[in-house]
Amino acid sequence: MTAKLRSDPAFADPDAFYQLLIEAHDGLNEQQSAMVNAKLILIFANHIGDLDVIREALAAAKAGV
Amino acid sequence: MATVTPHAAPVYPYRRSADQDGGVARRKVVVVGAGPVGLTAALGLSRHGIPAVVIDDDDTVSVGSRAICYAKRTLEIWDRLGTASPLMAKGVTWNIGKVFFGRDPVFAFDLLPERGHQFPAFINLQQYYLEEALVDAAARSAGVELRWRNRLTGIAPARDGARLTIDTPEGPYELDADWVIACDGARSATRRLLGLDFKGKVFEDRFLIADVKMRAAFPSERWFWFEPPFHDGGSALLHKQADDVWRIDLQLGWDADPELEKKPERVVPRLRAMLGPDARFDLEWVSVYTFQCRRLDRFRHGRVIFAGDAAHQVSPFGARGANSGVQDVDNLTWKLAMVSAGTAPDTLLDSYDSERVEAADENILNSTRATDFITPKGAASRLFRDATLALARSAPFARRLVNSGRLSVPAVHRGSPLSTPDRDAFGPSPAPGTVAADAPVVRDGAAGWLLSALGGQFVALIFADGPVTGAAAAALRSLAHAPAPVRVVFVAPRSVVAPDGAALCIDADGLAAQRYDARPGTVYLVRPDQIVAARWRSFDIAAVVAALARAAGR
Ligand SMILES: Cc1cc2nc3c(=O)[nH]c(=O)nc-3n(C[C@H](O)[C@H](O)[C@H](O)COP(=O)(O)OP(=O)(O)OC[C@H]3O[C@@H](n4cnc5c(N)ncnc54)[C@H](O)[C@@H]3O)c2cc1C
Repeated sequence: MTAKLRSDPAFADPDAFYQLLIEAHDGLNEQQSAMVNAKLILIFANHIGDLDVIREALAAAKAGV
Repeated sequence: MATVTPHAAPVYPYRRSADQDGGVARRKVVVVGAGPVGLTAALGLSRHGIPAVVIDDDDTVSVGSRAICYAKRTLEIWDRLGTASPLMAKGVTWNIGKVFFGRDPVFAFDLLPERGHQFPAFINLQQYYLEEALVDAAARSAGVELRWRNRLTGIAPARDGARLTIDTPEGPYELDADWVIACDGARSATRRLLGLDFKGKVFEDRFLIADVKMRAAFPSERWFWFEPPFHDGGSALLHKQADDVWRIDLQLGWDADPELEKKPERVVPRLRAMLGPDARFDLEWVSVYTFQCRRLDRFRHGRVIFAGDAAHQVSPFGARGANSGVQDVDNLTWKLAMVSAGTAPDTLLDSYDSERVEAADENILNSTRATDFITPKGAASRLFRDATLALARSAPFARRLVNSGRLSVPAVHRGSPLSTPDRDAFGPSPAPGTVAADAPVVRDGAAGWLLSALGGQFVALIFADGPVTGAAAAALRSLAHAPAPVRVVFVAPRSVVAPDGAALCIDADGLAAQRYDARPGTVYLVRPDQIVAARWRSFDIAAVVAALARAAGR
């Protein structure tokens, strides 16, 4: 199976993305952060809309855990 | 103090049978269990001219809160077996489901958004009324013999059948059967006596199920709440049944004490919180359930064949229990009739096993997914569930993820050994392995339905726009004399001259042609259980004969 999941750098400004992600959690407690992350995953997953990509991403995320 | 007043159920008296008078009698088919599935099996066999003895250890119908929702496909089957009209008359028709999160509606679905179907997506009817209607129909059916208070206590399978030991109020007797259909429910004695495994999973949750008699203004829709304001922490379901009885399910959690929670003094305040302080209601039945999804590895064990809850069990979210059991035996009875008449090889019955195991897996999958959403199995799954519900308020995609039960639809047997794969191209329409579609048609000058015209035998459904004559007509006539006789049904936009013996359906609205993506000349070969076996863009007798042989297991 050829990989569909993109793993080369996609952001023109990776530091800006990372900052956005971290700042989104500013002032949230653990529970609120978890909820934001869960919603984010659902929103991203729907945007991707491709189970093959999502399967690969899940496997990549679970590797080593 | 409130009390529980159960429905007054009929009593079917035990009667001694001549088979108890010494010597071991032999019967063609013994059906074990007179629940919805066993009774439907007997009705189906009767239609195919096969006599059946039905034994049941009880002398009445189902007691308490059990099935209420019967699906369109199941109603179509019961209609063919001549018993849909009392159910339709008594049942509550519904098509719409609504899902609430807290107080707010987040999602609504219409299970039958198009017109032109004889039956609605669902009716709701208490299982005891269903069984009463089926018992009445069975009692009127040629060849069906119901034996109440006859309990199966032993079974010795043999190559050509099985010897059954049956206990009665007058003591035990033995009975030989060429075929046994085990429809004795989730705790199947047949399964236990044969030592067969029933594997699957139990959901660690408890549900309070109350049947409540009240006058209320809720619409006839399925309403499901996640975290309703009136029931702390759990989900709730509300459904209307006949006689102003309402089904209420309240999720209690795994730690709830089932004995305590069944007490009216616990139940009534929970219901008051839901229905309002002024609501007046009586309790008809209260129980606390735990749900499971499991099945037998194989449904066929030689001449002993399992169907319904004896073969597979699902959680009720999706109404896939009785519905799939009825569809099991509709798949089975014509095959058993052909095999026992010698017009099909024994291996035809293996296709019952493969098709209905496939259907059970689909039902278990759907029911497991719904139950996992309703009863999240850990912190992460609860978090995603809650996130989905929170998003569902505003994001349309999340509404599609909310799962309060995906309601029963017939399985599609994509790889069925009985199907002939498509050679010609078709747009959206019932592919081989799919149940044939209904449509309004006119027959003999009267408004009717295509599925009733198909009936319960092999059918060549031919879409035409002009008279069928000459060689084609002669070829069609020959189908009536095939080893598995084929009825010919024409569908045409207006009256055409059909060959002798063929039925004519006038498709004035064009809905039949549309649903089958048919053009003049299109032919569908439909099995006796109304599942499409093959289809073509033009009539070719050799292709029809080959597909027919394949559909009959040859
Ligand atoms: C709360 C709840 C809600 C449900 N809602 C729905 C729904 O909305 N829609 C739906 O389709 N399904 C629903 N179901 C499932 C449905 O009730 C079952 O799938 C259905 O009853 C199965 O029918 P059956 O004939 O296979 O078995 P059963 O109805 O269990 O019948 C088995 C019969 O066999 C008899 N029997 C048992 N042992 C012996 C023996 N040793 N000898 C002789 N006879 C014996 C029993 O007396 C009984 O009559 C629900 C179930 C529950 C619990």
